[in-house]
Amino acid sequence: MGLEEKLPSGVLLTTVEGVAGYFRKASFWPATFGLACCAIEMMTSGGPKYDLARFGMEVFRASPRQADLMIVAGRVSQKMAPVLRQIYDQMAEPKWVLAMGVCASSGGMFNNYAIVQGVDHVVPVDMYLPGCPPRPEMLIDAILKLHDKVQGTPLGANRQAQIRELEAEGLVALPTGDMKGLLR
Amino acid sequence: MVSTSSTTGTEDIYAGASETTDGKVFTVSGQDWDEIAAGLGEQGGDAQERVVVNMGPQHPSTHGVLRLILELDGESVTEARCGIGYLHTGIEKNMEYRSWVQGVTFCTRMDYLSPFFNEATYCLGVERLLDIEDAIPEKANVMRVLLMELNRLSSHLVCIATGGMEIGALTVMTIGFRERELVLDLFELITGLRMNHGFIRPGGVAQDLPPGALDEIRGFVALMKKRLPEYAALCNANPIFKARLEGVGHLDLEGCLALGVTGPVLRSTGYPWDLRKTSPYCGYETYDFDVQTWDTSDSYGRFRLRLNEMWESLKIIEQAADRLAKMEGEPVMVADKKIAWPSQLAIGSDGMGNSLDHIRHIMGESMEALIHHFKLVTEGFRVPAGQAYVPIESPRGELGAHVVSDGGTRPFRAHFRDPSFNNLQAMGVMSEGGMLSDVVVAIASLDPVMGGVDR
Amino acid sequence: MTDDKSKDGVDRTGKSEVPDEVGKPVAEKEVVEPKPAVQQPAVDQSPENVPAPTGEVRPVGERRGMFGVSGTGDTSGYGGLVAPVVLPGAAQRPYGPSTGSGGAGWFDVVADGLDPLIESVVIHRGEITFHIARENLVAAVKLLRDEPSLRFELCAGVNGVHYPEDAGRELHAVYSFLSMTYNRRIRVEVSVPDADPHLPSICSVYPAVDWHERETYDMFGLIFDGHPALTRILMPDDWPGHPQRKDYPLGGIPVEYKGGTIPPPDQRRSYT
Repeated sequence: MGLEEKLPSGVLLTTVEGVAGYFRKASFWPATFGLACCAIEMMTSGGPKYDLARFGMEVFRASPRQADLMIVAGRVSQKMAPVLRQIYDQMAEPKWVLAMGVCASSGGMFNNYAIVQGVDHVVPVDMYLPGCPPRPEMLIDAILKLHDKVQGTPLGANRQAQIRELEAEGLVALPTGDMKGLLR
Repeated sequence: MVSTSSTTGTEDIYAGASETTDGKVFTVSGQDWDEIAAGLGEQGGDAQERVVVNMGPQHPSTHGVLRLILELDGESVTEARCGIGYLHTGIEKNMEYRSWVQGVTFCTRMDYLSPFFNEATYCLGVERLLDIEDAIPEKANVMRVLLMELNRLSSHLVCIATGGMEIGALTVMTIGFRERELVLDLFELITGLRMNHGFIRPGGVAQDLPPGALDEIRGFVALMKKRLPEYAALCNANPIFKARLEGVGHLDLEGCLALGVTGPVLRSTGYPWDLRKTSPYCGYETYDFDVQTWDTSDSYGRFRLRLNEMWESLKIIEQAADRLAKMEGEPVMVADKKIAWPSQLAIGSDGMGNSLDHIRHIMGESMEALIHHFKLVTEGFRVPAGQAYVPIESPRGELGAHVVSDGGTRPFRAHFRDPSFNNLQAMGVMSEGGMLSDVVVAIASLDPVMGGVDR
Repeated sequence: MTDDKSKDGVDRTGKSEVPDEVGKPVAEKEVVEPKPAVQQPAVDQSPENVPAPTGEVRPVGERRGMFGVSGTGDTSGYGGLVAPVVLPGAAQRPYGPSTGSGGAGWFDVVADGLDPLIESVVIHRGEITFHIARENLVAAVKLLRDEPSLRFELCAGVNGVHYPEDAGRELHAVYSFLSMTYNRRIRVEVSVPDADPHLPSICSVYPAVDWHERETYDMFGLIFDGHPALTRILMPDDWPGHPQRKDYPLGGIPVEYKGGTIPPPDQRRSYT
């Protein structure tokens, strides 16, 4: 590996948070939550060409109790939303949600009676991945970005403080509708 | 026991027991079977025998978000019912609010494993209403056939791959997806997208073939001729594979017709019904290929049939490629400028972009061209009032779009008769009386795609 | 091609573009000139351009304006346009040399087989549609399946269409039948009023329509009497309303984007 040579007398110093984050990110087990077109691209990511196994996560778990990442791959209908929530509830903490594709992120082109306009109405989402459907490379990139996020997640009191800080920020955030973008 | 969530305590809010008129009903969500066993012991008699299992909608072996409600006696299935609608997307309603051309973008997302077939049946219906069926350029038809047959290959590959995965043969899945990637690379080269192309448009196809595409296609066909025998070598005589598939999911010709089942399932009964032969569209009558049949009416026959159909598709792809080689520079869109999309998109240095020549023309040279472009893109064309239904042979059977126009610029109603939706009705007949493990095989042999079932 | 005359030069001589009933047969007898390079046969044969068929033609709706604006916002002057929406009219016997592989003149063969049960027949773009009253539906489909000269083995399904302005016949159920023996395909259409959306189920004759009828009930509220379990199939069981009817909104939400709000497609201004 070469890592040993760089360490002074075989000792590596790090934080508990760093180690926990490292272990968590390196053993992601996604739940199979394929819904529509994106599910096929998700399966392709696990296939031979894109080979998600390189990042230690080719094992898609069928049981939510063994999974810690839910990749919501596809459009979530009003009928599916309660099922999705139940599966999310059955996953053990810590758990993350990746909204794959524009339908899961925001409803996308299906702005109608049948589709939930973004899976974040049902479960908290950690990573949004646009595309219709996103390429497997994009999915892998999103997962790696989520890895970075998991690696940097604080623990215990630090985490509580972070949550409070994020919530305080969220409460004063400007709603999207009131933002002045480039449009005017 | 680890609780499911730090806030809800040890109680699983979804599981529990309740008294109903049919006796005590237990809801199980994956743990605490002891309580169930004890509860069933109190009931006595029948209650110990009859278990209703709810399989799905989130289950790795149900081919998507399909919910199966199975009544079990031991491991035998006594009754089987489907619950569908978990992927209902309202695409048909959405299409009513978009122009006729934009409808292609919606319907391609229905049956996401065979997007070109959705587009083609919709476009053929619109073209019949416009009465321009005879005006479609020859090259557009050949390209449609080429893309549809490539699509049939990729769809059958996924069917075999996921079917293999569902019975535990993961190698079949990985090699199936390996070959499918090759088809998707071709799609990307020709249409710019791996899936959900929106490439076949009313009047023709969106773009001409890019340079070098024919060489790629020929290389692909040559490679597939080496790779397809691998499936035969891996599966055809594999004793485990045969033991799981042979005699499972039996559905004879009479059953198929009564239940409206078409496609490979119908052909596996020995009846050579293929719309490409019986009511040809897009010039299929001019291609040399055979309708494959099998005579066992079971899942194994359907697997072999799909394998044989892939060889036939390769034959058609070769013929289409030969024809395209002689059609350099021919139009791919109908000549009527009131229907044909005004600009041909070109790939710029950023990988996407408009045709600069066209922009120069409408912005610098001709005000009328600009007006025409604007009208056609925003308003679209009007389609005479009436209704049309042009079915085509999708990888799963008869796929047709019932297109209704009221003379406006948008579809009045577009309804898709999807073969998966119809074929799934046969699930009960095919699996009742068999083992629980055979249900999965029977469904995989039907190859339903839930995006097409629920739309 | 029936009215080449109206295309090449009639309007230049100042006559009306629309061929009138009297002048029509004369135009047909004239020598057919070479066809122009760009043809739009679809427009020529669309219902508003051909002489009215002798059968019944009823408007099923009305199209007003052109650009989707109303009130004082309309400066185009096209806002006052009113055009009836007319579906292809009924055909008269003989139904002519039917095309396709079903054998010469098979439209008449099928019509003969069904004769007393037919309300009207529409032939449009080479496809034949039999309008059948709901009380005759089951008898008709039994004939279609069992009669040796018909033999429609396969019912491809049923689909609803909602014409809110077609008074008394708002809801249409459209069946597609396929005869594999003769390679023929027909369409059967049953119209029922919105106030009484009942029609008999043909599930006992063609089990294949089981789910199709459930879907049509789910989406349009058509009640198929005699169906073994007419419940919702695609929408959740407790869903109110029937989503694909014309009086049911699309149900989209406005999309907010930094500084802008875009209404859902059904509430945007659109061409009519």
